[in-house]
Amino acid sequence: MNYFPDEVIEHVFDFITSHKDRNAVSLVCKSWYKIERMSRQIVFIGNCYAISPEGVIARFPELKSLTLKGKPHFADFNLVPHDWGGILYPWIEAFAKSRVGLEELRLKRMVVSDESLELLSKSFVNFKALVLVSCEGFSTDGLAAVAANCRFLRELDLQENEVEDHRGHWISRFPESCTSLVSLNLACLKGEINLSALERLVARSPNLKSLRLSRAVPLDALQKILMRAPQLVDLGTGSFVHDPASDAYNKLKATILKCKSIKSLSGFLEVAPRCLSAIHPICHNLTSLNLSYAPGIHGNDLIKLIQHCRKLERLWILDCIGDKGLGIVASTCKELQELRVFPSDPYGVGNAAVTEEGLVAISAGCPKLHSLLYFCQQMTNAALITVAKNCSNFTRFRLCILDPTRPDPVTMQPLDEGFGAIVQSCKRLRRLSLSGLLTDRVFLYIGMYAEQLEMLSIAFAGDSDKGMLYVLNGCKKLRKLEIRDSPFGDTALLTDVGKYETMRSLWMSSCEVTLGGCKTLAKNRPMLNVEIINEDDQIDFSSDDRQKVGKMYLYRTLVGPRKDAPEFVWTLSRRWVGTDLVKQHNSNSSKFLTMAGQEKSQKSQGWSKNPVPSGWNCHNIGVLSKNYCTRIIGYEDLKGTMA
Amino acid sequence: MSPPLLGVEEEGQSSVSLVASSPSDCISQNVTGLKERNYLGLSDCSSVDSSAASSLLDDSKNKLNLKATELRLGLPGSQSPERDPELSLLSSGKLDEKSLFPLLPLKDGICATSQKNVVSGNKRGFSDTMDRFSEVKSSVYTEKNWMFHTAGPDSESPESVAQSKFPGNSGMNVKLSSRPSGTQQAIMKEMAPNAVPEQPRAANGTCHNQAAASNNNSNAPAAKAQVVGWPPIRSFRKNTLATTSKNNDEVDGKPGPGALFVKVSMDGAPYLRKVDLRTYSNYGELSSALEKMFSCFTIGQCGSHGAPGREKLSESKLKDLLHGSEYVLTYEDKDSDWMLVGDVPWE
Repeated sequence: MNYFPDEVIEHVFDFITSHKDRNAVSLVCKSWYKIERMSRQIVFIGNCYAISPEGVIARFPELKSLTLKGKPHFADFNLVPHDWGGILYPWIEAFAKSRVGLEELRLKRMVVSDESLELLSKSFVNFKALVLVSCEGFSTDGLAAVAANCRFLRELDLQENEVEDHRGHWISRFPESCTSLVSLNLACLKGEINLSALERLVARSPNLKSLRLSRAVPLDALQKILMRAPQLVDLGTGSFVHDPASDAYNKLKATILKCKSIKSLSGFLEVAPRCLSAIHPICHNLTSLNLSYAPGIHGNDLIKLIQHCRKLERLWILDCIGDKGLGIVASTCKELQELRVFPSDPYGVGNAAVTEEGLVAISAGCPKLHSLLYFCQQMTNAALITVAKNCSNFTRFRLCILDPTRPDPVTMQPLDEGFGAIVQSCKRLRRLSLSGLLTDRVFLYIGMYAEQLEMLSIAFAGDSDKGMLYVLNGCKKLRKLEIRDSPFGDTALLTDVGKYETMRSLWMSSCEVTLGGCKTLAKNRPMLNVEIINEDDQIDFSSDDRQKVGKMYLYRTLVGPRKDAPEFVWTLSRRWVGTDLVKQHNSNSSKFLTMAGQEKSQKSQGWSKNPVPSGWNCHNIGVLSKNYCTRIIGYEDLKGTMA
Repeated sequence: MSPPLLGVEEEGQSSVSLVASSPSDCISQNVTGLKERNYLGLSDCSSVDSSAASSLLDDSKNKLNLKATELRLGLPGSQSPERDPELSLLSSGKLDEKSLFPLLPLKDGICATSQKNVVSGNKRGFSDTMDRFSEVKSSVYTEKNWMFHTAGPDSESPESVAQSKFPGNSGMNVKLSSRPSGTQQAIMKEMAPNAVPEQPRAANGTCHNQAAASNNNSNAPAAKAQVVGWPPIRSFRKNTLATTSKNNDEVDGKPGPGALFVKVSMDGAPYLRKVDLRTYSNYGELSSALEKMFSCFTIGQCGSHGAPGREKLSESKLKDLLHGSEYVLTYEDKDSDWMLVGDVPWE
């Protein structure tokens, strides 16, 4: 039913950029589905195991930019064993084989090997941007390959990765002809860097807007680099230590004055506070300031710095700023939108660095605040209620009280009412992390009020299955739920099994879920992978179903159990219905369990998997059984969002 | 169904009290079984420990081991909940050096022990009030001698009972001390790698209690340190901050104003101290401050370690020796040579 030629519709679709909108558009009719799919260039895959690379290529052949996320969020906190998965290589391999014109790759919590980086650099001629966040598995050799082979590289952004530093001069591998760099973030590298090569690289990159240096870049090198790049918008310093009386330092002061465009500042892993006055002149332009890796800046130096930053919209800081410091922030930074306060001393009691007072002050002074991550010693209901009244714009609210089950210290009550006030007042809340002493009541509130909630993190909270059920029933837009050390069991897990296919994933660790419960769930929902992380062989699968499962991670998927699961990951799954699938052999002895609870080896019958992308296209659906057909149609949005 | 709110609360708190209970049992067992005990491989204690492992912790291997071998004291009567048999099986079989972990200070500030070495002898100092709060600063045990002194000079701990204090470092084996939280954590971390498989030894050691002030706080961070993945901070950030703080604190090489913290260690002390050099104006101040800091470790009164003025230093060193103090101040310079403090002008 198209009144316009396809080209016109495609042109209209060009204006639709958000993934959700494009997914919606593709559901309207077959024709729109086809037009949309052929024109989609930016693909976001929130869980790399929800779909196979071949499936993605089949559906979006014109894709240029891919975002992939691997491990579950709790992997950040060492809850997921090291080699759980999230491996990049198969994706690069598949894309290279199909000659996808990949230009941008953004990865989060994936295992990236040097081989994959090398293959990447050689397979995609127009490759422009590589963004790695919290990844691991690669070394500077891989970076050297990217530097050497990606002739049009614009963005190399390494954020908080574990990089094995081979001290090679990988920076020198950027050819002289490489002049296209716009963004270079090396902050997470730990080893030496060839400073002159870096300086030359900066000198020949006139478009460089964002440069974040590593600890190995001393202050005098910084000065030389800044001389070459006065146009920088985003700067991350390396080591900011020098004798304030020295020549080099004075030169730096003069150079910084020339950098009038800097809006974002970070770094300062090593800092001599007296050198900070050099950056005061640029502070009034700053919209983003990240001092969360700079424990060397505290006390008055910190306050002085902040007092210059009136335009700040984003502030990441350590809790040594204290409540008083936060008060200063509140009175200075009226444009503040995002605040993150990290603990400088996670395990020590230290000096009760920030408490609820700081947060209340911020909420009172910064009406535009919508994103918060706050580590504190204590929190009260009264404070949270006040915060909710002052700031009803929160989209992200993450509160972490360092003592996980601490009640309101004033009233000794749980923090249910406080968080309840937050969810009630902040109607646009999309992400919430809870902490402190909490009962089922807080979940009742969340279920009732948090209508837009997409991601919820729960730790050491709740009394009974009711808590989890409130959330599952109430939060219609929930996509990610992660729970640890809370008393939710099989009843909560199994009450609404259809819910999980509307979500990206569910993580439950140290809860009351049993093996039998997981099995039941897996049996009823073939579109879910129910993975049990069985470290130390704690779970004996042939015996008692009443055993508690230490760690369970389930996610919706179109491709069944993954083939790269390590020994300790058990995927509970059932045979697929109505499809003719052929099992792929691989050397990894992944274990699949049938519902009878018997262990089936790889070679056994009845377990098949064929990465046939044909199931994707509408016109092939007729080949498959009706049941399957229904499911595929039902999961159009699954394919679309893959989120 | 699931336990009521109270249960959760208890669980949270009991993470400490739980683990608290067993050690007291353990220790009281040990007290009675003192003479018969094989100190080189206490399996009794470890299984008790493992059963006391906090139920709020999850199944990470390391943590299990840590938890399993941790000993804590608890209030008499506090219950240790059932633990999954698998866990205890796991942990008892896996004593390795990582599993050595000092006792943690508890909510009630009962006890914290950290252990450096193993006592191979069969005698050791013991406080009479094992299952009471005893406030002692530190005790040091030697292999052969069992020294029992009342805590005379220890003015902070009126209740302290038998404890032995030893100067010097002869045959230092088990050192026990307790410190409030923050340092405690540091110690634990430092100690753990040094600890030797005879960790159950710690069970038999004395538990000491620092000043009562630390009581309320000490529990929470101790428990925190044990929970895997809590607080929820990315390991990258944690590691980076740890390295950064270390770098910022080191004396050699970092110019600039602000506090200049220097690590000070005393031979035989179970933990090190840090001093801010900028708060002193001469060597005399520094040495008297250090003396004060470390006085708890020495039995007699040390004379001042150095009179003001460097010319007197050698003299006072002799004096010190005469007075029985064995300590001189030395420092390691950037060439890694040990130098006597006082030669270079204070500035």
